[in-house]
Amino acid sequence: MPTFVRTDKCDGCKGQDKTACMYICPHDLMKLDKDGSETGHAMRAFNQEPEQCWECYSCVKICPQQAIEARHYADIVPLGGSVQPLRGSDSIMWTIKFRNGTMKRFKFPIRTTPEGSIDPYAGKPAADMAKIEEPGFFNQENGYRAGDRSELIKL
Amino acid sequence: MAGEFGNPEVVEEEVDILLIGGGMACCGAAFEIMRWAEGTDLKIKLVDKAAMDRSGAVAQGLSAINTYIGTEQDPADYARMVSNDLMGITRDDLAYDLGRHVDESVHLFEEWGLPIWKTDENGERHDGSKGMTPLKDGGKPVRSGKWQIMINGESYKWIVAEAAKKALGIDNIEERIFVVELVNDKNDPHRIAGAVGFSVRDHKVVVYKFKACLLAAGGCVNLFRPRSVGEGQGRAWYPVWNAGSTYAMAAQAGAELTMMENRFVPTRFKDGYGPVGAWFLLFKSKATNAFGEVYMDRNKDMLDDYPPYGHAAVPASCLRNHLMLKEMKEGRGPIYMDTVTALANLRETLSPREVKHLEAEAWEDFLDMCVGQCGIWVGENIEPEKKNSELMPTEPYLLGSHSGCCGIWVSGPTDLGAPTDEEYDGIPEHLPRGWSWGYRSMTTVKGLFTAGDGVGASGHKFSSGSHAEGRMCAKSMVKYCLDNKDLKPELDRPVEELVEDIYRPVKTYLEHKDYTTAIDINPHYITPKMLQFRLQKIMDEYVAGVATYYTTNSKMLEVASEKLDMLKEDAMKMRAKDLHELLRAWENYHRILTAEAHMKHIQFREESRYPGFYYRMDKNFVDEDNWKCFVNSVYDQKTQNWTCFKRKHVDLVDKSKLFK
Repeated sequence: MPTFVRTDKCDGCKGQDKTACMYICPHDLMKLDKDGSETGHAMRAFNQEPEQCWECYSCVKICPQQAIEARHYADIVPLGGSVQPLRGSDSIMWTIKFRNGTMKRFKFPIRTTPEGSIDPYAGKPAADMAKIEEPGFFNQENGYRAGDRSELIKL
Repeated sequence: MAGEFGNPEVVEEEVDILLIGGGMACCGAAFEIMRWAEGTDLKIKLVDKAAMDRSGAVAQGLSAINTYIGTEQDPADYARMVSNDLMGITRDDLAYDLGRHVDESVHLFEEWGLPIWKTDENGERHDGSKGMTPLKDGGKPVRSGKWQIMINGESYKWIVAEAAKKALGIDNIEERIFVVELVNDKNDPHRIAGAVGFSVRDHKVVVYKFKACLLAAGGCVNLFRPRSVGEGQGRAWYPVWNAGSTYAMAAQAGAELTMMENRFVPTRFKDGYGPVGAWFLLFKSKATNAFGEVYMDRNKDMLDDYPPYGHAAVPASCLRNHLMLKEMKEGRGPIYMDTVTALANLRETLSPREVKHLEAEAWEDFLDMCVGQCGIWVGENIEPEKKNSELMPTEPYLLGSHSGCCGIWVSGPTDLGAPTDEEYDGIPEHLPRGWSWGYRSMTTVKGLFTAGDGVGASGHKFSSGSHAEGRMCAKSMVKYCLDNKDLKPELDRPVEELVEDIYRPVKTYLEHKDYTTAIDINPHYITPKMLQFRLQKIMDEYVAGVATYYTTNSKMLEVASEKLDMLKEDAMKMRAKDLHELLRAWENYHRILTAEAHMKHIQFREESRYPGFYYRMDKNFVDEDNWKCFVNSVYDQKTQNWTCFKRKHVDLVDKSKLFK
């Protein structure tokens, strides 16, 4: 299902050099049509290769204008349904509309810490260089499973 | 000087260690490496062809972490499971080592903010936002299966990338750089010295020199014709941007590959390729033929044809496909996931609060990692409690981190009793003997390391294991650089030649574009898209794709070989009309070489080791006497020839425990 960009909502990320959707698309699909020569809609983004879209929704979730939606792939899916998220800082809300009009809404947590708050080495020791050739990582978080050595039949 | 289309700026840079890729493996490496590199002055850089927040196989998110050992299981149990699922031929040293390390990464994910479902003292389950005891302090995860734990994982990659970026420092990361070729050392053909690539955003070619690199750029998707060929072709099960770059670049650098005959053909919800794990394991759903018969029961006897792999409590994944394919071929399809019965049964056993959550859980399973499947459900008015969904085996994928084991042959740990010599003749002289040659996760090319989908003959690492494996690489790369302080890498090819190579599709386009009026039809070039269609057609029709129900034989493989030779020649005539198409062109170079390795390995292995994934109909049996061994290969970039050979398989843990 390729994503599509609504002309009434996209603002081309206000004339910056690259848009949020261009920045995030893992497959380099989103493109800003600066002068309108490719789509007829200047300063709007578009999906330049819809048949390569993985439907990962990265662009949908990141768009600051909520201008991006998905129209499920035309070669497979009957028209009329929609699955639309609104991603916040700690949860995501999904609005789901069936072809027959049935609606569902779900909200799921996405993160238990504030975005940008990770301090990767805070409270963690420096590496012990004497142990660089031994198994294990620079720090231990109760997750190393040493294992029962008698299981190793060639020792 | 800024470059222009057809005349790129060339940027040369020297670092000590380059991390190629931004997925789970490289994020793990980025986190671990800066601690070991502290005070060493080592210069470390990461390049990603996309944006790290949403790159790699976890870009969309995940609804489960499939590898968490926990305190109740031993790494040996894990190695046994991996082995049986992959029909007995895996490296116990690699699986065991991963098993003892992997939970460390999961504990970090939770610390960083990934919500992990928990079970309370009454056995009720709660989502990961409820602030219950963390796993590292004894909190109980919700086990969907023996190895899997449930998460609220929409932002899984976002969280892991944040930690990696902070650890490495934003100045040491460059996104939208697609590395496409590795370069060997001028003074030692079996050593790595650099890599070249290009910017997908600017007219710029990058040339890196380094002592060591971690090549972790994912598996291979879309080398076979997918079942959906219109807009839906992007809806591959594994991410469509995984283009075999890891395998192709390693092969070209002379690294020994292993088990490239292995593939994964997941059975998934039809067309959307939504995950089945939670449905089978958490919701206890059954898969049936069109008449409601459970094919795993109906065709149980077929498991007896493949001892001992069919006799484990959970038979190998390929054999489960094997039993399902019988139903499809004999006309008892469609195959269904019986979601209606499963959810009705659960309603009887769960608490009222849990029933309320049940529907949400079923939807979240898709929304967290495969929104496209929800798209199909809404389009077709499928509510899982009211209507069953079709299942279908997908087109084949090549990968080493999920339920597959193709990849690169790497040096393993030394404390687990792994072989130190080889029993078989025919291994090229320059390659190491035994399973360890100094640095954990180093390939047979000095200085070239890999992780995640790159490491072959293991499998079942998934997201957490790939992260942990990247961390193991980080340590050994630092050690390698410290041991080789005086090494001065020198590229064995001139920079001008490398630049010309990379921009060939652009040059071809500019030279010939005005010869015809229609931009896509021109006798002097082929578009990356059409070249990909040709590759997919060859692989589908001759190398056991969906068109032949995954069957091939030696004659079909001969035809495939001829056609692939011509395709490789024509790949030199690919065009790129812009940087986006240059990206696609190089992805397809990588796909072709990966596909060729796959084909050569299937040709060499004269048996059908993975019934349900592929069948060599001229050798339609598992031959334990002659083929319970690794099939490995090396590629010679100059002659473009593959050399396949056997390495002996050895068990380091007792597999018979699976059958007691």
